[in-house]
Amino acid sequence: MEALDIISYFLLLGLLLVSVKVVTTSNVIHAAISLVFTLAITAATFLLLSAEFVALVIVLVYIGAVIVLFLFGIMITRAPLGQNAELDNDKNKSLALVVSLSIFVIFSYVMFNTFDSQIIVTTGTSTELLGEILLSRFVFPFEVVSFVLLAALIGGITLARQDNALVDENQI
Amino acid sequence: MVNSNLITFLAEGKVTYTDGGAFAEYTWLIVVLPFIAALLITFFGKYLPLKGAEIALATIGFIFAFSSYLLYLNVTEGVASEFFINVGSIGSFDLEFGWVVDGLSIMMYFVVGTVASLVFIYATNYMQGEVRYTFFFTSLTLFAGSMLVLVSSPTLLQLLIGWELVGVCSYLLIGHYWEKKENSSAAMKAFITNKIADVGLMIGIIVLALSTGTMRISEILYQSTHDYESLKSVAYLAGVLLFIGAMGKSAQFPLHVWLPDAMAGPTPVSALMHAATMVTAGVYLLARMFPFYEGMASEALDVVLLFGVITLFAAGMIAIVQDDLKKVLAYSTVSQLGYMVAAIGSGAYTAALFHLWTHAFFKALLFLGAGSVIHAVHTNSMKEMGGLKKEMPRTYTTFILGTIALTGLPPLAGFFSKDEILASLNHGGYNTYFAIAVAGAFITAFYMTRAVVLTFFGEYRGNGHPHESDSMMTTPLIVLAGFAVTAGWVNIPGIYTGFTDWVTTRKNPIVEYHPESFDYFALTSGLLAGLAGIGLAYYVYQILGRPEDGDEKIKVEPIWNLLENKYYLDDFYFKYIINPTKSTLANTVDRFNTNILDKAVNLFGVAAIFLGNIVYNKFDQGGIDKALNISSSSTDALGARVKLLQTGKAQQYIMYFLSGVIVISLLILLVL
Amino acid sequence: MSAQPFLIAAAGLFSIGIYGILVRRNVVMVLLSIELILNAVNINFVVFNAMLGDALLQGQIFTIFIITIAAAEVGIGLAIVLMLFRNRKTANIDEFDLLKW
Repeated sequence: MEALDIISYFLLLGLLLVSVKVVTTSNVIHAAISLVFTLAITAATFLLLSAEFVALVIVLVYIGAVIVLFLFGIMITRAPLGQNAELDNDKNKSLALVVSLSIFVIFSYVMFNTFDSQIIVTTGTSTELLGEILLSRFVFPFEVVSFVLLAALIGGITLARQDNALVDENQI
Repeated sequence: MVNSNLITFLAEGKVTYTDGGAFAEYTWLIVVLPFIAALLITFFGKYLPLKGAEIALATIGFIFAFSSYLLYLNVTEGVASEFFINVGSIGSFDLEFGWVVDGLSIMMYFVVGTVASLVFIYATNYMQGEVRYTFFFTSLTLFAGSMLVLVSSPTLLQLLIGWELVGVCSYLLIGHYWEKKENSSAAMKAFITNKIADVGLMIGIIVLALSTGTMRISEILYQSTHDYESLKSVAYLAGVLLFIGAMGKSAQFPLHVWLPDAMAGPTPVSALMHAATMVTAGVYLLARMFPFYEGMASEALDVVLLFGVITLFAAGMIAIVQDDLKKVLAYSTVSQLGYMVAAIGSGAYTAALFHLWTHAFFKALLFLGAGSVIHAVHTNSMKEMGGLKKEMPRTYTTFILGTIALTGLPPLAGFFSKDEILASLNHGGYNTYFAIAVAGAFITAFYMTRAVVLTFFGEYRGNGHPHESDSMMTTPLIVLAGFAVTAGWVNIPGIYTGFTDWVTTRKNPIVEYHPESFDYFALTSGLLAGLAGIGLAYYVYQILGRPEDGDEKIKVEPIWNLLENKYYLDDFYFKYIINPTKSTLANTVDRFNTNILDKAVNLFGVAAIFLGNIVYNKFDQGGIDKALNISSSSTDALGARVKLLQTGKAQQYIMYFLSGVIVISLLILLVL
Repeated sequence: MSAQPFLIAAAGLFSIGIYGILVRRNVVMVLLSIELILNAVNINFVVFNAMLGDALLQGQIFTIFIITIAAAEVGIGLAIVLMLFRNRKTANIDEFDLLKW
């Protein structure tokens, strides 16, 4: 039992707790805030695994941008803020619990059996190496992904634009 | 990429030549550029200040400059090379495209480049304010590209592609004003007539390709000059079939009917396609295949000669009675093409190409001059012209120069080329044909003088206010007039015969007659015929009567009727080919259909019903139907229950999917 | 450090995400749960990367790509939700049943 192990147990426990909060809370804003915490803890975990660049990306992209996007989505779709009993589909609850628990059991079983004695050796910083690899060996996928992002940007604008030609008044 | 066969082929000749260097290698540029330009004009033309004309002008200017340099290279040192790009193969046939750079094709590049650039400049003004201005330039540029595909082709396949593309562009351009029924049917007529001839060409190409095992023209020519037996056996057939193709494009009797009607298109089109370039494609084909005709299919040349001579005389006669200025020129073109084809038929390769060369310039000049006149008086009919000498001095002067060149008075271009054709006919001992050709020269002089007198002399008979055209239109006229005067000087027997060397870089296999000095008998008779024609026409229309009287003094009813109805050829086609196909044949087919096919079908039907009844009652109702009913009703019942799963709710679907995943994972984990 | 707790926590996160997808009625909440699943995958990638000591850091690079794609996915997803909301005046997923028989 090292100190790192203990820290990791606490982090992972916290991760699971807040992520449960994401899917169980009956307040939409709380759900989004819980997601922020989930992501923050994930970033901390990544720091522990000496993947500090990925941790930073998580903080910047997810917590900085995506969550804001979600909050906008919540507001624009006029989801009822505050407590809302209607948020969950109660008919599905028991079945969903069974399904997700069995998936968890299967996954854990596999992980237990396969990676029983695997040890992680942290190696310190890796950002410099990551940058080099990303812009040399993986530069083509990198550019492709940036193109995908651009396409998504344009697609998002096109879809969300208040265009009279796209919105048929009779359908509303 | 360079074909070694051509090199051996050429190395047998005495001519010195080079491979043309980098310029020859990049000749594909002038073939490909027009197509790119056409695309650009289509997409961006409308937004440009000159509505796309500038792209067309830049392209054609480049082609002109490039071909001029190639011509310079060819004149100074002789160029011969060809390039192939293999794009695949079908069976044993390689699909190859490429480009030829030799004397013949360079001459054609230059003719296309020169005439097209002048016509384009002319058209920017002539077509001003007309409908579909941008589209007009698209098709015109496309046409230039197609023509270059045709003349640059080293394989018969590419030649056929260029041939058809040219036909399509011609269809588009003739039918430019398609809102009027007669224009669109003229375009249709041109296309269909050409298509009929193309069938001949296509079969000819197939015959040649199958018997030689290659599509490469140089290969075929090599074989035909080296006694290959397999080619020899089909040579006559292939020669005639290729000539049928040439008859369509080069408007030879009796397939010439489309060319006069094609005058429905805008005048620049007539000048570019129906005088200088497209209609010469047939002559070009015959010239390109000339070693083949010489080496193996000399009997086919007799056919070529016969049709050429018929055409030059018959078309010239019709030109006399036409009232439409452009139609006079159209029939004149048919007649001059007859001269070229006759020259090829008599074995005078250079003479034919020389006439093609000079004719391209002066006939384009005449057409553009006619366009200038028509632009001024807004009619095609010579009855409503007259007296334009005063109003349109520049058009008049250049038109006169073109007329003299066409008539064949020295020292203008037509004199030398026509004289060479007459000389080679005389040399070949074709006395009858020679006499007809001289008569043709007389007729040419007569109808051109008639046209000039009726258009420019006397009093103005129309209602408009004719005026000289814009300088954008007259400048090309002046340049072309310069060519009309000087183009013949490149091939004066006994003085300078450079043209012969230009076009005969593939010299060795071509055994042709080429006069070393003037044939004075032919020269005198041709010249006298021309002068007599001019004199007679001037006497009849200007001195005996007034230009206002038109044809009154000379009209001989029966002949006039025959000519005005174009030897009833169109009626013949309608009566015996088109209508029978449309009505009689259709009726026959219909009758065959009702009486024989339908009866047979009915019989089968009755038998089938009889048999069917038995089968239906015994097997179907009893066994098969019952089984089907049971299976369908059970499917129905099952469906009614299963469809409840289709709730349309995405979450439930995900649930089903995940349950499946779990079951499969458990199976894998526990069982395997 | 042992790798196992990380992997099991990631599996837990994944299952929780699935539960969210199955239970939530609001489309935005469903998207939120999808982020949880993606995050679980990210954790797995980074853990495997550290565990295998990959010289090319492919696990981390893939994580970055996944984050990028996830951002694009959220953008498009929310745009679609917006369109749905405009047309149907609701963002409840169980009211979209056009696929029903």
